[in-house]
Amino acid sequence: MDVLTPRTLAEALRLKAEHREAWPIQGGTDVLVALNFDRGRPACLLNLNEVAELRGFTRQDGALRLGSGLTYAEVEHGLLRDVLPALAEASRTVGSPQIRNRGTIGGNLGTSSPAGDALPPLLVEGAEVECASVRGTRRVPLGEFVTGVKRNVLEPDELITAVWVTPSRAPQTFMKVGPRNAMVIAVVSLAVSAGDELRASFGSASPRPVLVTAPREEADSFPERVAAAAAPIDDVRGSERYRRHALRVLTERALKRVLV
Amino acid sequence: MTQTVRKLQLGKIGELVPRADAPPKVKGEFVYASDLIVPGMLWGHTLRSPHAHARIASIDISQAVAMPGVHAALTHDDVPGERLYGLEFQDQPVLAIDRVLYYGEPVALVAAEHPEQARRAAESIHVEYEPLEPVADMERATELSELHPDKPTHGHGYLDDPRPNVLRHIQIQHGDVDAAGDVVVTGVYEVGSQDQAFLGPESGLAVPDGEGGVDIYVATQWLHVDRAQVAPCLGLPLSAVRIHLAGVGGAFGGREDLSMQVHGAMLALHTNRPVKIVYNREESFTGHVHRHPARIWCEHRATHEGRLVNVRMKILLDGGAYASSSTAVASNAASFAIGPYESPNALIESTAVYTNNPPCGAMRGFGAVQTCFASEAQMDKLAAALDIDPVELRLLNALAPGDVLPTGQRITGSMPVAETIRAAAALEPPPEEPLPRDVLRLPGGAGNTTNGEGVRRGVGFAVGFKNIAYSEGFDDYCAARVRLLTDGSAEVHCAAAEVGQGVTGVILQVARTELDLEDVRLAPGQTATVDSAGSASASRMTWMAAGAVRDACRAALEEQTLRPGEEVDVERIYRHAATTPLDPETGQITGERAHVAFAACAMKVVAEVDVDLGLTRVVWIGAAQDVGKAVNPQQVEGQIEGGTAQGLGLALMEEIQTRDGLITNASFTDYLIPTALDMPPVESVLIEDPEPDAPYGVKGVGEPPTVVSTAAIVAALRAATGRELARVPVKPDDICLGSETETG
Repeated sequence: MDVLTPRTLAEALRLKAEHREAWPIQGGTDVLVALNFDRGRPACLLNLNEVAELRGFTRQDGALRLGSGLTYAEVEHGLLRDVLPALAEASRTVGSPQIRNRGTIGGNLGTSSPAGDALPPLLVEGAEVECASVRGTRRVPLGEFVTGVKRNVLEPDELITAVWVTPSRAPQTFMKVGPRNAMVIAVVSLAVSAGDELRASFGSASPRPVLVTAPREEADSFPERVAAAAAPIDDVRGSERYRRHALRVLTERALKRVLV
Repeated sequence: MTQTVRKLQLGKIGELVPRADAPPKVKGEFVYASDLIVPGMLWGHTLRSPHAHARIASIDISQAVAMPGVHAALTHDDVPGERLYGLEFQDQPVLAIDRVLYYGEPVALVAAEHPEQARRAAESIHVEYEPLEPVADMERATELSELHPDKPTHGHGYLDDPRPNVLRHIQIQHGDVDAAGDVVVTGVYEVGSQDQAFLGPESGLAVPDGEGGVDIYVATQWLHVDRAQVAPCLGLPLSAVRIHLAGVGGAFGGREDLSMQVHGAMLALHTNRPVKIVYNREESFTGHVHRHPARIWCEHRATHEGRLVNVRMKILLDGGAYASSSTAVASNAASFAIGPYESPNALIESTAVYTNNPPCGAMRGFGAVQTCFASEAQMDKLAAALDIDPVELRLLNALAPGDVLPTGQRITGSMPVAETIRAAAALEPPPEEPLPRDVLRLPGGAGNTTNGEGVRRGVGFAVGFKNIAYSEGFDDYCAARVRLLTDGSAEVHCAAAEVGQGVTGVILQVARTELDLEDVRLAPGQTATVDSAGSASASRMTWMAAGAVRDACRAALEEQTLRPGEEVDVERIYRHAATTPLDPETGQITGERAHVAFAACAMKVVAEVDVDLGLTRVVWIGAAQDVGKAVNPQQVEGQIEGGTAQGLGLALMEEIQTRDGLITNASFTDYLIPTALDMPPVESVLIEDPEPDAPYGVKGVGEPPTVVSTAAIVAALRAATGRELARVPVKPDDICLGSETETG
């Protein structure tokens, strides 16, 4: 297995165009697990850790451009905490401190797992995914980016370079249920915001991210609406019935937090 | 601030001795078996069955041996000696012969220059399987086709049950088994299969000696029993197989059975190269036995005053595909079924069955964990039915020296159950923390699921006990050898496996105490230089090693007085009081005792439960444990905390899930063990009531906290929720969507 280590974004895109089968690797919190468990044998890895353009975040005209190499720890502890509080709360629930130091928002999107913790808070905030290749750059709304369980619209020559989000500044929160009190993959998770309208998105309860919205005056029926929008399954982590029940409870509690 | 002068001469019995292996383990410098490396080493890999039950029509290795870097591909045809092995019964093939009985059963081996080459070569071995219907439900096992028609556990003095798939059936009949009480409570309880989940996966290195023999460096619990199984399979005399203890990353019973020992040695002898085998995490879940899943039916009959009159229990244990130590687990479950209480009458039936589920065997608590969970729930039900305080009810029935167990054995040694219960009950939990709180101090923790909504607090109490050391007539001994050198120092040899429990420190403390000498070192554990120490199991190693080292030290000093100025080298074997088997028909003792000694532990638990989401935070645990004598008090507290955490895992999250015999959560992503946020502080009280026949009055300490903590934690959950919670691990569903208690 070859490891390609570009130093610039241009070089990274060129390499991806040349090695379409290459697995991009940033934090490695998903890729290394897959390799260790022999779930895939990529011919080569495209190591993005040295690409400075993917790191950190920038502000442009009221919008935020989160580099795909932005780590959970950076979201949890940094300046973004105040502008994207639900994403910061979600970042806090990911793995252990060691994992949060390595794992990235871009990787979470690339994996496109229904349990991806960054997805619900980003969807509630109307995020767009920036996909780049030597052919150019495009932005895809997050809800359209993920097409199914661990599937997305990324072309073989494309890399996820950033996530764009215009912070709503609406009160928002993120909650995640797991069978222990830290370091869990979500049995079910939920992000809720209350701006001009109520917005909710959940994890581990549907094959792809779903955004549920309602007018603020329909808060009473919102928990039921969120639970009804989910399509959970029974698996080793939890039951369909419990997930739907928990979504109802979480939404009620989230509304208490955000409707202030 | 005053500074105390550091006492240099540390290390006698009863003193707090820091562990020598702690700093390297914390700093990542400790050499585990998986870190072993020698020049010219090959990597072994095991091809395992993807089926829970299948016939093997053919195995074709031709493609594998032709692959780059591959030095050997071996099947059952290549086993040089005996093709079957087993800890107690020789029933398990070294490599599958014509059938596989469980998911993950070893089928073929490969050795290659690189582990990835070995993995790929193993994949290219073509095995033609004819899948068979798995026996997956233990309750139906005795009605389905026989998995072991040769009945390997028959003829060993047990009741030879003619039903298919009965591994062992034992019935204890005590007093009038039909005796009636004023009050009756019943319940059915279930325990899921727990994994030892040691962090250091199975690993070892086999090195051929060039003369047909082999040295095996391995993480194990009992060097000499490994040798006794490995040598016949290799067709070698015991002297040609030398087992050395490599760094062990946890054991908890899961390293009693062989893992890579024979496989690594076969590859090493075949290739004449050192061969290392390290299981990955997924493989580790199939590479060792687990705690028996259990279903337990209980009926407790008592007087109006709360005295037990008759306890009737039926215990069913899923032994999985092979015998391992299931016969002893079944008997232990029966022996300790009713808990540390006196009941004049009892009828206890315990059955372990074969299935095509993962093999089960030894795990910390050894049958007493499952029954403690059931019988302590019953005691709480009885207390509720009688409107008696649960602690008072337990004190009313507590076992004491002179009392008789359901097996007819009279307790002649230490048994301070009432003291232990009182000490735990007297511990004061911290006051409830006010709201608002950091979410990390609420149920759901980092998940941020509540700010206090739905949270109820509950206090639970439980007591449990089990035996120390091996039972039922097993010749249980430990050897130690002491050399007094002419330079004034001493060297101790003992094959006791240091599995993280700290026995090496205990051995040194005993030797320093007996020799009154600081300059004592412990030689590396191996089979060639000293006789067997027995297993680092059954909470026995401190007692047994202390006995052997004490005796060897005293003999060495005596020898030295006869030959002053000369080097002294003596070996002594220590045996605890002999036990005899239980009567196969009645489950009653056939001599003075079936078990050597007993240790109890009582726990009070405070838990907070989010009753709407079913999430839990265990807030505080107070434990009182009957330890005999604390050789190293800090280490005893460490065992209590660790043992409690393992029981907490079973109470709340740990379960190997299977579907038709296939494990569906073989990873630490989906098999969860407690984190620091799940495990509360433990306040420990050590009850030092010396065991009269034991060296220094010691008892074992490793298992009692695990036996009781599951029961105590679930009791707190029941108190908080009013739910029945008759199955562990308790799932969030059981709390927020489950049934309510009959009596609560």
